[in-house]
Amino acid sequence: MNYIVVVIFLLLAAITLVSGVMVVTVKNIIHSALWLIASFIGVAALYLLMEAEFLAVVQILVYAGAVSILVLFAIMLTRHVTGEGTRMLYERWWVALLVALVLFGAVIVPTIWNQGANWDAAATAAQSSITAFGEDAAPGTAVASTINIGESFMREYLLPFEIASLLLLMALIGAIVIAFEEPTSRRRVLTLAEEHALKQRGIVEPRDAEGAVMPTIEAEQAL
Amino acid sequence: MVGSVPIAWVLTLAAALFCIGLFGALSRRNTVGILMGIELMLNSVNINLVAFWRYLQPTGTVGLVFAIFTITVAAAEVAVGLAMVIAVYRARLTINADEVDTLRG
Repeated sequence: MNYIVVVIFLLLAAITLVSGVMVVTVKNIIHSALWLIASFIGVAALYLLMEAEFLAVVQILVYAGAVSILVLFAIMLTRHVTGEGTRMLYERWWVALLVALVLFGAVIVPTIWNQGANWDAAATAAQSSITAFGEDAAPGTAVASTINIGESFMREYLLPFEIASLLLLMALIGAIVIAFEEPTSRRRVLTLAEEHALKQRGIVEPRDAEGAVMPTIEAEQAL
Repeated sequence: MVGSVPIAWVLTLAAALFCIGLFGALSRRNTVGILMGIELMLNSVNINLVAFWRYLQPTGTVGLVFAIFTITVAAAEVAVGLAMVIAVYRARLTINADEVDTLRG
């Protein structure tokens, strides 16, 4: 037993879980996204602890780098709907809490009380054939490294690898198509005369945080 | 790590993170918040994959490769999901999931 490793693991687990809880409970959605980055970094450190160094770097690059920035951009582009005073959760959030807790219990009971001993024995058996760090390892007896991952991507997982790249291309094109804004449908700021004309027809306009009128599609057609 | 921390602890951590993400995805009104919950759930699955790889089959690469594919699909999913959030925001001026109810019976 190496107690330093245990302490580090518990620390990382605490960071990850506390950040995760903050993500789902914090009221401000931007704070929530920042806690999400903390949670991602905790998971990356956990990968490092489990000697999956390539995956840790990928986690930092893709999740802490790209995904969180995307989330922050989406929050900023849809900013004023998340103002103060709006409800954050559904009225029946306790149903969701119940579902999550029941699922946690249903997963955790067999994990701890039934299968734990078998897994530990299997893990010990799997570790016994590994060459210790620093020694010259015979092929197939060292913990898989980045070189092995690259080789398996180019050999047995070549087809899934290509399909994954195709999926990324499709997602890229799809995201552009979905989020593309046609110039004709762009919202514009109304002049005072147009605003007055709409008010006389009894059409109520939604207003944004600064109090500027944001015409709806119906209002634009009415003009 | 392998000699000191039992695999059940890592799996417990992953299960807890999954349930936190599930709660977020089910209870948040903001669509971006729902997507963040889904990201947490995908992360916990990856923890599981890496733990099983490291503890039970450390000389193979299946667990790592599968985790990398999960990350790829999650990146694609979040890109399309956030594009849809922005499109919904343009059309409805809201991104609260309970207010986008055109298909409601």
